[in-house]
Amino acid sequence: MVAIVFLLLLISPPFLSSFLLTLLTQALIYAILAMSLDIILGYTGLASLGHAAYFGLGAYSVGILATRHGAGFWITLPVGVLLAVTVAAIFGLVALRATGVYFLMITLALGMVVWGLAHRWVTMTQGDNGISAIPRPDLGLPWSLAHSIPFYYFALAGFLISFSILRVIVRSPFGRSLVGIRESESRMRTLGYHVWLHKYIGFVIAGGFAGFGGVLWAYYNGFVSPVDLQLATSVEVLLMVALGGRGTLLGPALGAGIIIMLKNLVSVYTHRWLLILGVVYIATIVYAPEGIVGAMRQWRRRVRPALVRSLEDQFGG
Amino acid sequence: MEFWVSQTFNGISYGALLFLLAGGLSLIFGMMRIVNMTHGSYYLLGGYVALTVIWRTGSFVLAIFAGALAITLIGVCEWNAFLKRLSGQELGQVLTTMGFALIFQDLALIIWGGDPYTIPVPSVLSGAYQIGDFYFPIYRIFIIAVAAAVALVLWLVLEQTRVGAMMRATVDDPEMARGVGINVHGISMAVFALGAFLAAVAGVVAGGFVGVYPGADFEILPYAFVVVIVGGMGSLKGALVGSMLVGLLDNFGKALFPELSYFTLFAPMAAILAVRPTGLYGRA
Repeated sequence: MVAIVFLLLLISPPFLSSFLLTLLTQALIYAILAMSLDIILGYTGLASLGHAAYFGLGAYSVGILATRHGAGFWITLPVGVLLAVTVAAIFGLVALRATGVYFLMITLALGMVVWGLAHRWVTMTQGDNGISAIPRPDLGLPWSLAHSIPFYYFALAGFLISFSILRVIVRSPFGRSLVGIRESESRMRTLGYHVWLHKYIGFVIAGGFAGFGGVLWAYYNGFVSPVDLQLATSVEVLLMVALGGRGTLLGPALGAGIIIMLKNLVSVYTHRWLLILGVVYIATIVYAPEGIVGAMRQWRRRVRPALVRSLEDQFGG
Repeated sequence: MEFWVSQTFNGISYGALLFLLAGGLSLIFGMMRIVNMTHGSYYLLGGYVALTVIWRTGSFVLAIFAGALAITLIGVCEWNAFLKRLSGQELGQVLTTMGFALIFQDLALIIWGGDPYTIPVPSVLSGAYQIGDFYFPIYRIFIIAVAAAVALVLWLVLEQTRVGAMMRATVDDPEMARGVGINVHGISMAVFALGAFLAAVAGVVAGGFVGVYPGADFEILPYAFVVVIVGGMGSLKGALVGSMLVGLLDNFGKALFPELSYFTLFAPMAAILAVRPTGLYGRA
């Protein structure tokens, strides 16, 4: 099933309309952001209300370096990711002193610090006008990334690299211990794990990948503004993760795809997409609290065996 | 000198507004640990409802009460239908209340359109007092007076009455409170209603000097949260100190370092939280 989806992502672009291709590119980039948030939300069990800040740091690094200093991709990429990692390393020291509601609120305040700089530090960020006319990167490839199909593959490559690394991380002993911390912090501590350090490393990794997503986003959009890192964006990424399924990597990617498609397709037909998005938020929590992937797993684990059993009973196996 | 006096005065009056908005939110947080992203919408909708009432009737007092009561009703419905079932699920609370915030935002846009409005203030409250060389707008003095009255009433209720003692018990230990026969559910709903009521009052009052406009809900929401976390969830004193701190920092930040103004507000807040994660007056 997953393999088929990956295959489709790989071969379908030439057959898609340019509008759909654009949406897929957006979805792939947001999928990186959603997967990164899932490291702390789904695997470690900490809900952050400021994750868009790291995405914004990556995006603004590109915006400022590429337009004002003519920096290329191989400079903006490490700077953007490193900046996000550094800020996450500082913020993590503050935020990880708390859990639950306090963690939510502290990450919100920290996110606002970064948003405030983007919004008000006009000489650096051009404030609400944002930074526009960011050129697409030149990687010296035979295909120009200014066109939508090569850029799609560029974003797909970024997504696949992120997905592979994150998958190695969550399946490693380190990733398993994050899940252990989510399930029972005190038990992990008793077993001798350095709980704080695990959370901290998870937090910084999540920040780094969000920054990577931001770098790609700035190149894709050609434009960065405070909207990219405002509170509503942070909450939207939480929705993507919750809708797709916490604690899985493909779930958040799927959630990102659904929300991006929904937002753009609905706004073609009606101006009332905020209303519809609001309903999606509420419906997700009411009808699919474990997300789509969670619901599918539950189905596979409970409903399908029960169904098979009852059929076997009926027809004598 | 004039700069310092007028900026301090402005900061205190903005802090008073924030106290109206965040005082109830702090009690909600302390008692139910509910993250309510709709709190900013109560503020915005309160202003809009009051605007309609004042256009129809011309009465400012009626507008305040109509706005606040309408929003209280909305808040109680939201609490009963959704939020009370989500206790302990922070992610569920954030997403559900965010959904409502988006829906309210869009409904407000449908009903009242995208233009900014100012709520017309009665002539008694317009104008300014002059003391020596300094001018103090009467409307801002009015806001400070309203906030002070609300703070006093809340303090009297919380510290001096039986209901207040039950509220404090619920903040301290909801399970134990339920055990000794306190109607925790009823008290929680009453506190939620109170929070919505005060947020709407804040929205109406704010409509008289910053106006009512689309986006005001998400603009003010982070301020309310920061007041609550810095003061300490569930602490009235904390909410009061937090609002003044945020009001003054915001005003002086914007006046002295316009480019870094949000940084000068949120960075010190984060620093306070780094030292005291439960806020100035909060208990873990």
